[in-house]
Amino acid sequence: MRLRFIFGEVFNGLRRNGTMALSVVLVTFVSLTFVGAAALTQMQVDKLKDDWYGKVEVSVFLCPEQSRQVQCAAGRATTAQEESIRSVLKDGSVAPLVQEVTYESREEAFAKLRERDTDNRFALLTADGMQASFRVKLTDPEQFEVVADAVKGLPGVDEVQDQREIFKGLFSLLNAATFIAAGLAAVMLLAAVLLITTTIRLSALSRRRETNIMRMVGASRGLIQMPFMLEGAVAATLGALLAATGLWLSVRYLIEDWLRGSVTFVDYISGADVLTVAPWLLAIAVGLAALASLATLGRYTRA
Amino acid sequence: MPKAAVIRLDNVSKVYARGARPALDNISVEIERGDFVFLVGSSGSGKSTFLKLILREERPTSGDVHVAGRHLNKLSNWRVPHLRREIGAVFQDFRLLPNKTVFDNVAFGLEVIGKKRHHVHSMVPETLELVGLAGKEKRMPHELSGGEQQRVAIARAVVNHPPILLCDEPTGNLDPGTSIGIMRLLDRINRTGTTVLMATHDDEIVDQMRKRVIELKGGQLIRDQDRGVYGAEASV
Repeated sequence: MRLRFIFGEVFNGLRRNGTMALSVVLVTFVSLTFVGAAALTQMQVDKLKDDWYGKVEVSVFLCPEQSRQVQCAAGRATTAQEESIRSVLKDGSVAPLVQEVTYESREEAFAKLRERDTDNRFALLTADGMQASFRVKLTDPEQFEVVADAVKGLPGVDEVQDQREIFKGLFSLLNAATFIAAGLAAVMLLAAVLLITTTIRLSALSRRRETNIMRMVGASRGLIQMPFMLEGAVAATLGALLAATGLWLSVRYLIEDWLRGSVTFVDYISGADVLTVAPWLLAIAVGLAALASLATLGRYTRA
Repeated sequence: MPKAAVIRLDNVSKVYARGARPALDNISVEIERGDFVFLVGSSGSGKSTFLKLILREERPTSGDVHVAGRHLNKLSNWRVPHLRREIGAVFQDFRLLPNKTVFDNVAFGLEVIGKKRHHVHSMVPETLELVGLAGKEKRMPHELSGGEQQRVAIARAVVNHPPILLCDEPTGNLDPGTSIGIMRLLDRINRTGTTVLMATHDDEIVDQMRKRVIELKGGQLIRDQDRGVYGAEASV
């Protein structure tokens, strides 16, 4: 009886307050889409970091014949210098951070270049013009600075290069996108809370006659307030479901079908990632509705 | 052995705003089970406050209020609905739901306190018959006369058999002939053992019924008389 009553009231309230309920649905939809987009962008960033940082190396370039660097004034790095650099990497204090050190001679570098240079743009180069290097794989790519500092400035070291630098621009772009999405989400969430508050208030005012009679005959406060709370929660949940569906469709068709087909060397987020975000979106929606109800109902349906 | 008091006020005062004249000033009253009591007095005499204290819509500034075996000063907010189920309430403006039928208006009072469907379906027709509205179950409130609408409101108030019935000017919107019918109904309900407390301005009714009269003036109890009449002077 009571459940039937509550759901009847919720349905009636949503129908009578249709445009308001619809606006709550839409505003929560948009705001949670931004929340979800921010979360998914960060997941993509993490995926890229996991994927790429594992592959990147630190390159320690050794002094060539002619270099502008002071420590290379003596000319090409000697074998003794190379050995001492290698020992710093393999046996020095940074050794635990170093997973693997490979030496790439000028000839090897030249061969690699030739391999890649299919249209002979670098045809004039010779092996002598190349730079020998140590390619260092790190156990933790984040510790680059420590390793770089250990070898930088050693006699025979021309330059230390972190391949992560290449991705820095991309990651800061993605991070900025996350911040923008999160910022918009915050504003929209505030709008959603205010709108839900107004909706509940209107609904409570338009049904004051009923609620007054309910108080008079001794209906419990829970029964009086439940329909209003559920109204807000139902509308917000619909918004969250729309947001989750929208995100899933975007990921499915934009990323999985289109981006994955055209830019293939990257590991992308998938529909499964949206499914891990979706429960959070639902929780946020229900939480917002509860917050708005608490703020409103005490005043309009007092005991 | 005195009968049990269903409503008892001990030295009750109520001050709404700090420094203002008290709406009720040190009132002590006992109303016993089965009593029929008129509460009279001009506007602003404290009648409404008196009723609100019993319904626990307000709390006394000082003094103790006991209703239906409960000490209202100590009653927590979440127990208030249980108190209200012991008190039927009828008002001058009927307070019916315009979009519900007579039957549904009365049933509403039972449904929202969680009564089972079969219970509702046996109680409502029985009560409508008691108030003289048998056969009008399917009517809408706007199709009824004022007197009939008030009967619906009374039916809703007593359908759960509360021990106390509070009436705030129940005949205030009705013509004298209709009012008499309503008073007969209230008298009949009183005879089943329900305590009736009725605030009113209607001197004719009070004079005719010759019931206990409690008179308030400026928040003070100036008269508590068995088989009284409306105006104090008239009884001399």
